[in-house]
Amino acid sequence: MTNALPLWEVFVRAKNGLAHKHVGSVHAADPRMALEAARDVYTRRMEGVSLWVLPSASIIASDPGESPSLFDPAEDKIYRHPTFYIVPDNIKHI
Amino acid sequence: MTVALATSLGDDALILGQRLAEWCGHAPTLEVDLALANIGLDLLGQAQFFLGAAGAAEGQGRDADTLAYRRREDEFRNCLLVEQPNGDFARTIARQFLFSTWQALLFPDLAQSAAPAIAAIAQKAAKEVAYHARFAAEWVVRLGDGTSESHRRMADGLAWCWRFTDELFMDDTAKFRPEWDSHINATLTQAGLATPKPVRGITGGRHGRHTEHLGHILSALQYLQRVYPDATW
Repeated sequence: MTNALPLWEVFVRAKNGLAHKHVGSVHAADPRMALEAARDVYTRRMEGVSLWVLPSASIIASDPGESPSLFDPAEDKIYRHPTFYIVPDNIKHI
Repeated sequence: MTVALATSLGDDALILGQRLAEWCGHAPTLEVDLALANIGLDLLGQAQFFLGAAGAAEGQGRDADTLAYRRREDEFRNCLLVEQPNGDFARTIARQFLFSTWQALLFPDLAQSAAPAIAAIAQKAAKEVAYHARFAAEWVVRLGDGTSESHRRMADGLAWCWRFTDELFMDDTAKFRPEWDSHINATLTQAGLATPKPVRGITGGRHGRHTEHLGHILSALQYLQRVYPDATW
């Protein structure tokens, strides 16, 4: 067996109510095997209550070459951050 | 009764756990490496509970560590199947498939019927054992239904292990044989593998008569406590 097996991305839900979060990837021949590999590699220390795996090939990634046009324009738009408000003292969780 | 049963269950788990630990760092892929180590650690946990219960029922002040590290080869009561060498990955899977399928039938029954100390452990372990059985069965199908080489290795691994399966069904556990056979055959059919031909079963582990392999396992397992008795760190 080699790394010629397809790659799968693994997402773990830490507890009910939270979103699944990307934690890494595994190699596996089929969905069932990917799920079990993900279980063994990423949830052996009670990290989660639910798993997603999906073929890495199905992810559409942004092109690093396009990064300047995609991300740089946000750099000098600090007014997009909601930091110009004075938060009242008795408001928690902001 | 409790002592004998807890000792054999504990020794099965301890020795197979030790065997699986031998794969650590050597398995075909990282994923499989961790999967086998996880199963091994599950078994080590079972061993700790069962041997602890055996020591408590015996009432001579021996705890799980004493039983694991201070007994001689002929005092171990594990079945011969679990002490067999890992061989290649397919043979390890064959051994796991045959053994875990047996445990998966036995434990729910023990949870209902055994002495309370054993029933509680069996109940707790039943979930992980069900996963071990499923994991191994899926690999049997994957290898059996894979390439011509993986098929050949899987068939060889099963043929190697087959002679040790009769021992799983002696005395009280004989009643599990028909159901075990049907589970095994269903998976083998799915894998495109033939059920191994009947062979004369080799037994003796439950009475302390072991193959030559157990001594070598114990020499590694018990080395530290033999050389530095009561060592802690």
